[in-house]
Amino acid sequence: MKPISRRKLITTGLATAAGASGLAVAARLAQRHGLIPPDHGGIYGPGETLTYAAQRLITTHSLAREFPRSMISKTPFANETAPPNDEFKRHQAAAFADWLLIVDGMVARPLSLSLSDIKTLPFRNQITEVACEEGWSYIAEWIGTPLTEVLHAAGVLPQARYIVYYSIEHDWWESIDMADALHPQTFLTWGMNDGDLPVRFGGPLRMRVPRQLGYKSVKYVVRLTATDSMKRFGKGLGSASPETGYAWYAGI
Amino acid sequence: MPAVISPHKTETLRHTAFVRVTHWLTVICFLALLITGAEIVISHPRFYWGETGNVNTRPLFTIHIPSSRDTVPTGYGYVMPDQNGWSRYLHFQTAWVLVLTGLIYLIAGLWTGHLRKNLIPEPGKRAWRAYWERIAQYLRRAPPDAAETRSYNVLQRTAYLIVIFLLFPLIIWTGLALSPAFDSAFPAAVNLLGGRQSARTLHFFVSGALLLFLLVHITMVALSGFRSRMRAMITGRAAAPEEGQ
Repeated sequence: MKPISRRKLITTGLATAAGASGLAVAARLAQRHGLIPPDHGGIYGPGETLTYAAQRLITTHSLAREFPRSMISKTPFANETAPPNDEFKRHQAAAFADWLLIVDGMVARPLSLSLSDIKTLPFRNQITEVACEEGWSYIAEWIGTPLTEVLHAAGVLPQARYIVYYSIEHDWWESIDMADALHPQTFLTWGMNDGDLPVRFGGPLRMRVPRQLGYKSVKYVVRLTATDSMKRFGKGLGSASPETGYAWYAGI
Repeated sequence: MPAVISPHKTETLRHTAFVRVTHWLTVICFLALLITGAEIVISHPRFYWGETGNVNTRPLFTIHIPSSRDTVPTGYGYVMPDQNGWSRYLHFQTAWVLVLTGLIYLIAGLWTGHLRKNLIPEPGKRAWRAYWERIAQYLRRAPPDAAETRSYNVLQRTAYLIVIFLLFPLIIWTGLALSPAFDSAFPAAVNLLGGRQSARTLHFFVSGALLLFLLVHITMVALSGFRSRMRAMITGRAAAPEEGQ
């Protein structure tokens, strides 16, 4: 075994110190530029943070692939949801006439919008793929109001960093960062393939986040909350998914 | 019975430190990716070709195992426990470690000349004849040449080059193509593979090819002396052949 020379010792020491301070600077920069996901803790935190930061840097303005009408799936799969709760059944019986979307949190004008209110806002359509984390997928045309239109109507404050969204079903909620919330393809969807959005597919109102896996596209949305921190929501991990073991960021 | 004494027995450096460290990191990563990948497959053990595919469409092929989702018609009357959450977190975290390990290996391999000296077949061996000769040598169960104590034979070199420069790039590419966010920035990544479901199926096939390599690799290590080969990959040292052998 060769003895370690003093020069080697000094070089190694300097390299370690430089590496450690480099990491500290990187962490500060990442925090400032919103590259740290809410579920950055724990043993899988480093990988999750690397994935989120790397994808945020390359995808800020990129658009999810859109497909020709001929590629719309003839047999889309709706996936199963828990049996609807009584509140949902009441709305369903009333043909969703009283369905309300609450917009609150860090907004200048908190809103309470009916489905027809939402439909008076500018709307768009997109033919995009729903990809489930399990591996299956389908393509559909989605018609909806870009989330950015609703946020604009509510006057979302510049301090907001996340939009939290809740299903009428309890314990079903997600959040996305502003890059996805203000993204032109992120829709509050109410139509599918030229018709109303069927209940099985999330009707009357479903969030569509086509740059992330299907589980971010929460069905039966009733509330949006703008916030600058996810700490006060649930266990502070960003959404219900990390609380059941799934990553908050699902761009994979 | 005469005792086997070899007074001139010396040791030679078989594997450099960077090769040993990156080798074992790759072993850990590959096993973690294999197990977690299998767990993810269990949630939908059906494979498709093209852009889309789900339980309402005809699969390319199906693996006949129970699923961890009751929405998949498997023919089994029970549902496996859902292991996707931690499997996915670990799969992606390990993929990062593997890619970074691979980068370090490539840079060090180019810097030290390891790729040129030990992986690209030697000038005299770049012919089919060299492959057939080494295969014949294996089949005769003849002892390896002295040169093989210090480096790899032409079959090993070719197998390692295929793994490093074909299978690993393919598994990374087909994996990245499954990311809807990555595809939004680089749509060609998935379009060139023929669509999302084709990319998933190819990811599965390439992982199968890597598993096949692993099984052959372990078999060859066992046949050529498990203890000495393991010792060489851990300590870096192997017994040198005696002079004039």
